[in-house]
Amino acid sequence: MADGVLFEFLHMEMVSHVFKDQQSTNGEMNNKDRAVCTSVLEGMGFRVGQGLIERFTRDSPSFKDELDIMKFICKDFWTQVFRRQVDNLRTNHQGTYVLQDNKFVLLTQLSSGKQYLDDAPKYLAYSCGVIRGALSSLGLDSVVTAEVSLMPSCKFQVVIQKL
Amino acid sequence: MAVCIAVIAKENYPLYIRSVPTQNELKFHYTVHTSLDVVEEKISAVGKAMADQRELYLGLLYPTEDYKVYGYVTNSKVKFVIVVDSSNTSLRDNEIRSMFRKLHNSFTDVMCNPFYNPGDPIQSKAFDGIVSGMMVQPS
Repeated sequence: MADGVLFEFLHMEMVSHVFKDQQSTNGEMNNKDRAVCTSVLEGMGFRVGQGLIERFTRDSPSFKDELDIMKFICKDFWTQVFRRQVDNLRTNHQGTYVLQDNKFVLLTQLSSGKQYLDDAPKYLAYSCGVIRGALSSLGLDSVVTAEVSLMPSCKFQVVIQKL
Repeated sequence: MAVCIAVIAKENYPLYIRSVPTQNELKFHYTVHTSLDVVEEKISAVGKAMADQRELYLGLLYPTEDYKVYGYVTNSKVKFVIVVDSSNTSLRDNEIRSMFRKLHNSFTDVMCNPFYNPGDPIQSKAFDGIVSGMMVQPS
């Protein structure tokens, strides 16, 4: 089925469009512009994450605790959205979780050397938003950041905000 | 057939509330409001019984002399409340469950609508249609 590919193409174009849009107002990209683009993509992901959670948790029973929610994100949610499971989940049991995916589906199309390492975070902003939206819909406020050290594997760091 | 249907957000304000127009609507609003306490109690009570599988359907919240109130909570802590007439004894648990399922499905569609902002009152015609299908028809 070609479904997954359609979204990958759309995502690539989304990132390119948002960055081009921001660039057309100034001559060059500075850090502030980059931050604006990242937050636009993250915002899109946030809203999508909220809707997705409604659909995916429709039939499953309530979650027992935070760890249960994170496990759900790593297994069922990741499978539905990114067609694989998270390879590694680490936590310090105090609200910080690191999700590691060794073959992140939105990065596989970029070459796996060092060439695009600096550009990779652009392609992770939307996914950070999706995770944040999903967690917010389940009742957990969080800050999600991503980093890439070796393409195509990436790590998402989730810090749950306690009131 | 329901007499009043309400959808309440995570922060406990109504996203959607509709009752049969011939009755005193304020009374239903009040009934739904008081049922929120019972919903909260049930959610936290189930939390203590960790071994059980937690269900989304909460069942009969409380009966008054004229009405019975049923509750359902989603995983995103959005609550659905249905008020039915007590005299209508033919309504079985299964039928109430299926009403909640339909509501949940319709609500999921509303959430996925990109023009809908979560937290706004629900104004979807499709949702209205589903709800009208479940309410007692005004004679």
